[in-house]
Amino acid sequence: MILQINSVTKKFGDFTALNKVSIDVPENSIFGLLGPNGAGKTTLIRIINQITGPDTGEVIFNGKPLNPDHISMIGYLPEERGLYKKMKVGEQALYLAQLKGLSHNEARKRLKKWFEKFEIEAWWDKKVEELSKGMQQKIQFVVTVVHEPTLLIFDEPFSGFDPINVNLLRDEILELRKNGSTIIFSTHNMASVEELCDNIALINKSEKILDGPVNEIRRKYSTNSYQMQYRDFTGTPYQLHEAGIDVLNSSFDNGICTATFHLSGSKGPNDLLTTMLPHVNIISFNELIPSMNDVFISTVNAENANLILES
Amino acid sequence: MNKIFLIIQREYLTKVKKKSFIVMTILGPILMASLFIMPVYLASRQDDKQLISVLDETGLFFSKFENNENYTFVPVTGGIQENKDTLMKHGNYMLLHIPATKLNIPDNAIIYSDKQPTLNMKGYISGIMSRVLEKQKLSAEIRKEILKNTPNYQPGNDTSAEDLMSETILKNIRTDVKITTYKTDEGGAEQKSYTEVTMIVGLVASIMIYMFIFMFGAQVMRGVIEEKTNRIIEVIVSSVKPFQLMMGKIIGVALVGLTQFLLWIAFTFIIITAVQTAFPQQFKKTQAEQVKISGNSVALPNEAAPVAQNSISADTGNEKVNEIFEAFSSINLPVMIMSFFFYFLFGYLLYGALFAAIGSAVDNETDTQQFMLPVTVPLILSIVVAQTVIQNPESPLAFWMSIIPLTSPVIMMVRIPFGVPTWEIVLSIGLLILGFLGATWLAAKIYRTGILMYGKKSNYKELWKWIRYKG
Repeated sequence: MILQINSVTKKFGDFTALNKVSIDVPENSIFGLLGPNGAGKTTLIRIINQITGPDTGEVIFNGKPLNPDHISMIGYLPEERGLYKKMKVGEQALYLAQLKGLSHNEARKRLKKWFEKFEIEAWWDKKVEELSKGMQQKIQFVVTVVHEPTLLIFDEPFSGFDPINVNLLRDEILELRKNGSTIIFSTHNMASVEELCDNIALINKSEKILDGPVNEIRRKYSTNSYQMQYRDFTGTPYQLHEAGIDVLNSSFDNGICTATFHLSGSKGPNDLLTTMLPHVNIISFNELIPSMNDVFISTVNAENANLILES
Repeated sequence: MNKIFLIIQREYLTKVKKKSFIVMTILGPILMASLFIMPVYLASRQDDKQLISVLDETGLFFSKFENNENYTFVPVTGGIQENKDTLMKHGNYMLLHIPATKLNIPDNAIIYSDKQPTLNMKGYISGIMSRVLEKQKLSAEIRKEILKNTPNYQPGNDTSAEDLMSETILKNIRTDVKITTYKTDEGGAEQKSYTEVTMIVGLVASIMIYMFIFMFGAQVMRGVIEEKTNRIIEVIVSSVKPFQLMMGKIIGVALVGLTQFLLWIAFTFIIITAVQTAFPQQFKKTQAEQVKISGNSVALPNEAAPVAQNSISADTGNEKVNEIFEAFSSINLPVMIMSFFFYFLFGYLLYGALFAAIGSAVDNETDTQQFMLPVTVPLILSIVVAQTVIQNPESPLAFWMSIIPLTSPVIMMVRIPFGVPTWEIVLSIGLLILGFLGATWLAAKIYRTGILMYGKKSNYKELWKWIRYKG
């Protein structure tokens, strides 16, 4: 584990931003930090960045309690991000890289390399205010990773990027992981969570309500439902019902029927296929695994309903 | 430590490279130099000779007005109205009308002119007139006295003798009163004190501190707001502590201020020296007058009627210069300079921290009003009270305001040229350092929370909550 957060609590006056949150982030992985707005994600990220400290609990980084030496090993791209508008791009990137502990020469060398890679060398002497928002985002990304941190924290990294740059950025993030970095990734875009994240933690109303590997979580939340496309149905709905199969919905288009089935009890996909095979020509068949979107919504809603009941 | 240096460096370089800084650096000395040069220039310019028509109905005064390089007096006769009408046609006229009176002494004169008569001229005319009147009155008294003693005395035959007598008496009794004050310290040693120079030195020092605090304190505040609205703040505080960022900014701006200050002084000197070398004649001639004027303006009753003043000899000028030098040396200069830099720096640091806290608590400059008030009130109050303190530097008000940290930078500077007991200075300095530490501690707490708060209108209750948040 590169980062262990042990029972961290943080209060602002009467408001509890984090309540005994524990999270483990495995090394060399992409970790999704999810949760509705105002759940406490940003507070947690700020604690990891030592912008603020926890009231109780501890944060272990690389086996040691978090301390100022770790600042240069962490890169942070905040959601609310900006640059000094009147400063030149190059000067500013150098300044920010030096604040992370790089020497002037080393910072210049590495920045030049990144600027070449992103084909933005021409911007070096431009003022930030002359660049578009997307261009500024690229520079912010470069500045976040230039000191080659072991832990990277991206808060909504893709917002404000066009699809081409989203791709570019995603590839860079995957490459960073390949090169040994660990990435904490906070977003509301569940599709990118499914695509990128190995593990997630879900925070709601200052408490962690769910965590684990993405695949396991989705499987855990699967409801034994399947989708099948077929044509030439010759049986009757009654036969399905007898076999313990519920048809959740079905649609008919161009002679092809698409139906969703829910199996009860211990029945598996083979039972469904055995029942259906004599009556139809199957075109496709797959299990319906809930999307992270569904998991997110159903868990958060269930949790909120519980909280209301309790109070 | 290395990081705070980086912050100071960035703060300094970006501010110094700004157009506004360069413009101010150039404009400032030009303004200041012109303050020095303009009076010299104006004084050295030969004014057109002013023709003054005098309608003296009493016949007492005209002969006493003397023509000189500035004024020519011409007698006119006839009625006032016709004179006015004739002169009006010519333009650029000045008519002095001294109406005749039947019973009382004619002490009334009216100037009709198409432009504002100078104070100098009015002074000259009224001076001459009062001297004539004094003489008149005196002769009358003398006559009365003689009549009392020698009842047979025939008045009227010998008026010239009376006139002569009164003139001699007047001459004899005219005394130039020059007030020199001596300051006696505890050891009993007497020191000549020069109140007026002391006042000016103290006031100039305190006004400079006041301006510096206001200008550059506001710059700190604007810098903080800029970082907040730019949203760069979160990137930076993930690399450095908010306290480092705040102090780096305050120190960086202070260095910018000092740079500007020193450049101003240097450029002002360069400009003045350059003008002086280019036009040495003007300056040589008017130097004495310059000093004379400044000596006069502090209104010591050391001159009698302002009659003889239009022709000043270089000698009196030199005397004045010497006097000013002497006055400067009566001030304890090392103490003055050292305390100036101390109050200059710590006053700014204290207010700079408060301004930074204000900047962190708001989202844009228009929201700063409610928090600005309590910070600016002590500052403005002290510059207002400074005028009173000059009159009475030992009053309880002066004492307390020079001890309390928020007002001491300005007020103490007014008092120091007059001499302040060491224990008071030490107490004031100690409290100012404490005040600075306290303000920084408080500001850091507000700043730390405030910079990361967006879109929420903060109020004092909110700030109080922020102060109590833990790390």
